[in-house]
Amino acid sequence: MNSIYSELQWLPRAPREFSERLKALEGAAGPVGGELRALALHALDLNQLTKLAKAIGCVSSKAKSNGNSLDPLVPFRLAVLSNSTVDLIVPALVATGVRHGIALEVIQPSYDQVAQEAMTPDSKVNSSKPDAVLLALDYRGLPLKLSLGDSEASSATVRGVIGYLEALRDGIKANSNAVCIFQTFAPPPETLFGSLDRALPGTLRNLIDAINRELAEYVLGSGEVLLDVAGLAETVGLADWHNTQLWNMAKFSFSDEFIPLYADHVARTVAAIRGKSAKVLILDLDNTVWGGVIGDDGLEGIKLAQGDAQGEAHLAVQRLALDLRQRGIILAVSSKNTDEVAREPFVKHPEMLLKLDHIAVFQANWNDKATNIQAIAEELSLGLDAMVFLDDNPVERGLVRNLLPQVAVPELPEDPAYYARTLEAAGYFEAVSFAAEDLKRAGFYQDNAKRASLQKQVGGVDAYLASLEMTITFQPFDATGRARIVQLINKSNQYNLTTRRYTDPEVTQAENDPEVFTLQVRLADIFGDNGMISVVVCRHGEGGVWEIDTWLMSCRVLGRKVEHMVLREILDHARAAGVSKLRGTYRPTDRNELVIDHYAKLGFMKVDEEDSGLTRWELLVEGADPQSAPMKVVSRGFVGAVEKSHA
Amino acid sequence: MFEDVFDEDSIEVTSELSAKDVDGWDSLTHIRLILTVEKAFKIKFSTSEIGKLQNVGDLVALIKARAE
Repeated sequence: MNSIYSELQWLPRAPREFSERLKALEGAAGPVGGELRALALHALDLNQLTKLAKAIGCVSSKAKSNGNSLDPLVPFRLAVLSNSTVDLIVPALVATGVRHGIALEVIQPSYDQVAQEAMTPDSKVNSSKPDAVLLALDYRGLPLKLSLGDSEASSATVRGVIGYLEALRDGIKANSNAVCIFQTFAPPPETLFGSLDRALPGTLRNLIDAINRELAEYVLGSGEVLLDVAGLAETVGLADWHNTQLWNMAKFSFSDEFIPLYADHVARTVAAIRGKSAKVLILDLDNTVWGGVIGDDGLEGIKLAQGDAQGEAHLAVQRLALDLRQRGIILAVSSKNTDEVAREPFVKHPEMLLKLDHIAVFQANWNDKATNIQAIAEELSLGLDAMVFLDDNPVERGLVRNLLPQVAVPELPEDPAYYARTLEAAGYFEAVSFAAEDLKRAGFYQDNAKRASLQKQVGGVDAYLASLEMTITFQPFDATGRARIVQLINKSNQYNLTTRRYTDPEVTQAENDPEVFTLQVRLADIFGDNGMISVVVCRHGEGGVWEIDTWLMSCRVLGRKVEHMVLREILDHARAAGVSKLRGTYRPTDRNELVIDHYAKLGFMKVDEEDSGLTRWELLVEGADPQSAPMKVVSRGFVGAVEKSHA
Repeated sequence: MFEDVFDEDSIEVTSELSAKDVDGWDSLTHIRLILTVEKAFKIKFSTSEIGKLQNVGDLVALIKARAE
């Protein structure tokens, strides 16, 4: 799935008439900045970028001579200092800059003149007074002497490299006062020992790791800018990133395949320096934030559950949106829906991560989306170029791109599993710094505090469980949970005592039958909501007995003592119903050996055993007091019972 | 492909055509041409094969040999 990155799949494919439109530009009389930007906003390959750069060069020199501007493009002078060949990269940078609203002028000194250019006051780079200097250095140009197993020598090597980079920065600062964009170093895929290279001081991988870490810390402290090329190379794969043939032939420090991607990362960084990163994420709802159409499928029909593959894909979109909100990105909604229908899942669906109070502007109506997005921009008093619009529907995307070209609209793949990744890969929210003011919510501090306390955790299992801050929620079966209940009943094989399968109508029947006690159980913790993780069905038997017909649990919450808490809940309701005894059955299958001792562990007495391995168990309700576990208990929706919530 | 790489639609591509005949056919454009051909035909040339190329005829022969 590298193609998301290498082919810039968040951008639409180049139009057929790309070359014709470029040619038309060269002869155009009026302003051309808008059309240049429109052409750059496609997934262009290296040849197309090179052509576009040529056209940009042509129109910008013409614009200079007759006093026209390249509005809305913002000028930026970028010097590129490199110890590898960047001749094919420079045109790609110029063309990609336009995609990000920047008219880039690139200053490129002679090959491998890094130190001379940085430190000589009247060098080509320094005398051109650049806005920023990109230090596009390759590890092969660094003094990296292997010192296997020698941590002192390896620290000295690392210090030497960092000292060299600091000296470059000091030279640039003294001579031109430009911002320095430092790149982390992509290590080669080859190792010397194998896995040991990561750990052993003085191997190439260990040295580059240490250099990258120290460089990142240095940059964070110095106010310069970091371009994480190592992270980019890891994202697409080091073996694909490093093309040894191209290095040998022409000293390309990475494969031509990734020049468009690399150029986009440089350009989005430059745009971020100029404050042009997006600030608002506008979300479509149906088939974007959840699976299905709320107006057709209703609250029970939309796909939004942990354990459902499609639901998890949409939850990942919600999680990304929430994380972005946490770092200061504003969330808005634009949906073609009746307002109250669109709001219903936010209010009522138990697995929605996004809540109404996360959404700054909520536009659900039947207007076209361009009108709505304009309304959102006005309400927030922000420009359209600060907006990103996420929508699964190619028709809506096309409309918004067409009517509001300033709005960033990512293409999305067929499969929602890749929605979140595609949005992230597009880099609309690139930031070069992070200040305390970016934090809009106290919640962030709380989360950090939680994480810190978790790291300190050294105690036993119970202390660990307590640190998870679990909340367990019990409800009887209801229409909202039904789809997931049916799914769990028909899918769970391992933690399933009787493996009885029931259809949707049968579950509905149990829901409505006063003789049947049902439980759906959800579990949340500091890492998020696990969704519905357990289902229990008890049927009234003769003589004040509840027969536990079904008891199942999702294996992902094994070891959390959820089953103990479920039993405590069953006992509470049994007492209230005047039930004297619980009777459980273990029906062996070839998949559920995991729960052979389930009832024994919960304090039930074995009363019967068949040749088949089937066992029957009983527990007297009076006096039963199973272990408790550290979690908050919420119990709601039970007829005749008092809602409770206690820690 | 020549049009894509050289951004020029007036080049008459013959077997004898070589770098000295075309404005802008320098060593880096040459690499871009080779990369474009490799991508279009989904083939990879070895370093020595690339080093031996003298003109368009050589390139065509190499592509043909790979396609067989």
